[in-house]
Amino acid sequence: MKIINFFKSFLLLDFLKAFYLAQKYFFRKKATINYPFEKGKLSPRFRGEHALRRYPSGEERCIGCKLCEAVCPAQAITIETQPRDDGTRRTLRYDIDMVKCIYCGLCEESCPVDAIVQGPNFEFTTETRKELYYTKEKLLENGDRWETVIAENLEADAKYR
Amino acid sequence: MTAQLLTFYLFSGVILISSLMVISTKNPVHSVLFLILSFLNAAGLFVILHAEFLAMILIIVYVGAVAVLFLFVVMMLDFKTSINKDNILQYIPIGILIGVVFITELIIVLINTKFDLSNIQVLPNPLSDFTGKSNTEAIGSVLYTDYILYFQLSGVILLVAMIGSIVLTLREREGVKRQVVSEQLQRQGKIDLVDVKPGKGVDI
Amino acid sequence: MINLVQTYFIEVMTIILYCLLIFVPLLLGVVMALYADRKIWAAVQKRRGPNVVGPYGLFQVPADGLKFIFKEIILPDGSDKTVFLIAPIITLALSIAAWAVVPVQAGVVLANINVGILYIFAISSLGVYGILMAGWSSNSKYPFFGALRSAAQMVSYEVSIGFVIITVLLCVGSLNLTEIVMAQKTMWFFIPLFPMFIVFFISALAETNRPPFDLPEAESELVAGYQTEYSGMPFVLFMFGEYINILLMCAMTTILFLGGWLPPIDIYPLNAVPGFVWFLLKVTFVFYLFAMVKAFVPRYRYDQLMRLGWKVFLPLSLFAVVATSSILFFFNLAPGM
Repeated sequence: MKIINFFKSFLLLDFLKAFYLAQKYFFRKKATINYPFEKGKLSPRFRGEHALRRYPSGEERCIGCKLCEAVCPAQAITIETQPRDDGTRRTLRYDIDMVKCIYCGLCEESCPVDAIVQGPNFEFTTETRKELYYTKEKLLENGDRWETVIAENLEADAKYR
Repeated sequence: MTAQLLTFYLFSGVILISSLMVISTKNPVHSVLFLILSFLNAAGLFVILHAEFLAMILIIVYVGAVAVLFLFVVMMLDFKTSINKDNILQYIPIGILIGVVFITELIIVLINTKFDLSNIQVLPNPLSDFTGKSNTEAIGSVLYTDYILYFQLSGVILLVAMIGSIVLTLREREGVKRQVVSEQLQRQGKIDLVDVKPGKGVDI
Repeated sequence: MINLVQTYFIEVMTIILYCLLIFVPLLLGVVMALYADRKIWAAVQKRRGPNVVGPYGLFQVPADGLKFIFKEIILPDGSDKTVFLIAPIITLALSIAAWAVVPVQAGVVLANINVGILYIFAISSLGVYGILMAGWSSNSKYPFFGALRSAAQMVSYEVSIGFVIITVLLCVGSLNLTEIVMAQKTMWFFIPLFPMFIVFFISALAETNRPPFDLPEAESELVAGYQTEYSGMPFVLFMFGEYINILLMCAMTTILFLGGWLPPIDIYPLNAVPGFVWFLLKVTFVFYLFAMVKAFVPRYRYDQLMRLGWKVFLPLSLFAVVATSSILFFFNLAPGM
């Protein structure tokens, strides 16, 4: 056994095998994608950048129940509410500190009217920290921009909720 | 004033300056580096003499191996403490003594020698039989025929020195655990590759 | 003085021109080698490698180089500044200097000297100093350890490289690189001296601090070894020196064992191809092996490295010297006999 092992190591058999294996992998299909130009598929449940949705009529969904503020484990959400002129309660401020946010998705779970959602966008890097303190306007704008995709994703995931 | 002369002055000038720096710099590592520089320029002088084999061997043996060990040892020294100005003075008497001895020897030699350029005895070229050959070949054909005894003797002396230093430093101690690398690298006997079926488990 | 200028001006200018003729293709070669290295490594790991800058990412290496050039050169506070800055220059200058004697085709060589192989051996043994000086002058622990490791490693593997070169020289009877190649006209030396070819290849890996022997820069242990404190231009010089050394070792393997610029078989369509094309192809092949080894062999432990050098390669190559010379002697094959 010792002699066999000696010849095995002396003839570099391990290395030849490894070379063969490496050569085989050399021609395999690449496992990585060409990221900025190609993107991987995202699940409908993907939790990316936040957005505040509107009803098809254009009325904002959020009723200022503050459930998301209460459930947020990172305490990233700040809400101030006030009754509007027509008597409904709406938010005055809806701020998310995206630096604090841990993207757990609890706000989305807790929302009774599907107002706050986490969309599929994950490319929202900024150059200053200030730009990551999202205000209500920014969130509503996000909602308008991503509405089609968000609606599709919510529908695709609806039967599992 | 030929290019050969210019290069000669260049090399020898650098040798002189760097040899001076070897003994005058305060940092021992710098001294070793200057020593290496002077070795390299000595090799350059050999090249000018068309002794390229000697030049290369000088670089390989002295610069490539011996001086590396010098540098190794000197770099390990904590030379910040070893430089102590007070202690330098205690070596002055012995330094003066050696200096005086050398100077008297030089004077004795110089008095008995007449520097007459027309009278210089040109040594017969020891390699005159090999004018057409490269100097590697010439050295080889002299070294392995006429001087084989001296060559072998110097080899044996070096071997004895090497064995001696190994014997002097070799200590056999009881209970030292040693690594057997070939065994560590072997997979057989150490690891079993088992194909485990789901839900079956393994017998150890 | 004017006479001197008149006599030697043209000569000096031609030498400078020849130097440029070596230097420019060498730089190009280094750029391609760096690119190929990264691409091959990526391909084995099923990655894509550099593919954004330029077509197929070909300009990635020049872009990286530009980035380094514009970076600040940081001189560590406690460093020995002169030695610190000289070290990378020495590394680069030595690695380029060795190329002066490398023949790329019959007669196409800057200096066709008698002791070509000894010259390359001497120059590559000087390469230790760049690393030792860098490690010591950085005045920091990791670079120092890296330099000590590297120096010990290079000195040990030089011994076995020396013996392997001697076995080749026994078959040639000359130290001239052109003659070494011409001696392989009938048979490339890697066939009769196959074990020595392997020993030389592995020692070349160790000599150039390539993986699996890249302990001087083992990032898991020593940050980046002797290069830790270097940034900007000096770092680029180190990088270039290292890769030029790698190319030199590839060229040496080609010249000593793979028949230099000789075609594989001396028949019409093959020997019509100019010699330097064959030389380039062979160097590329050896470099491909270098890159593949980097991709599939894990790094050696330091004591294993030393054991391999002193306890395996040294006896093996010594035995090979004795065996080769006795075979050549008894069968009357030795050149010049």
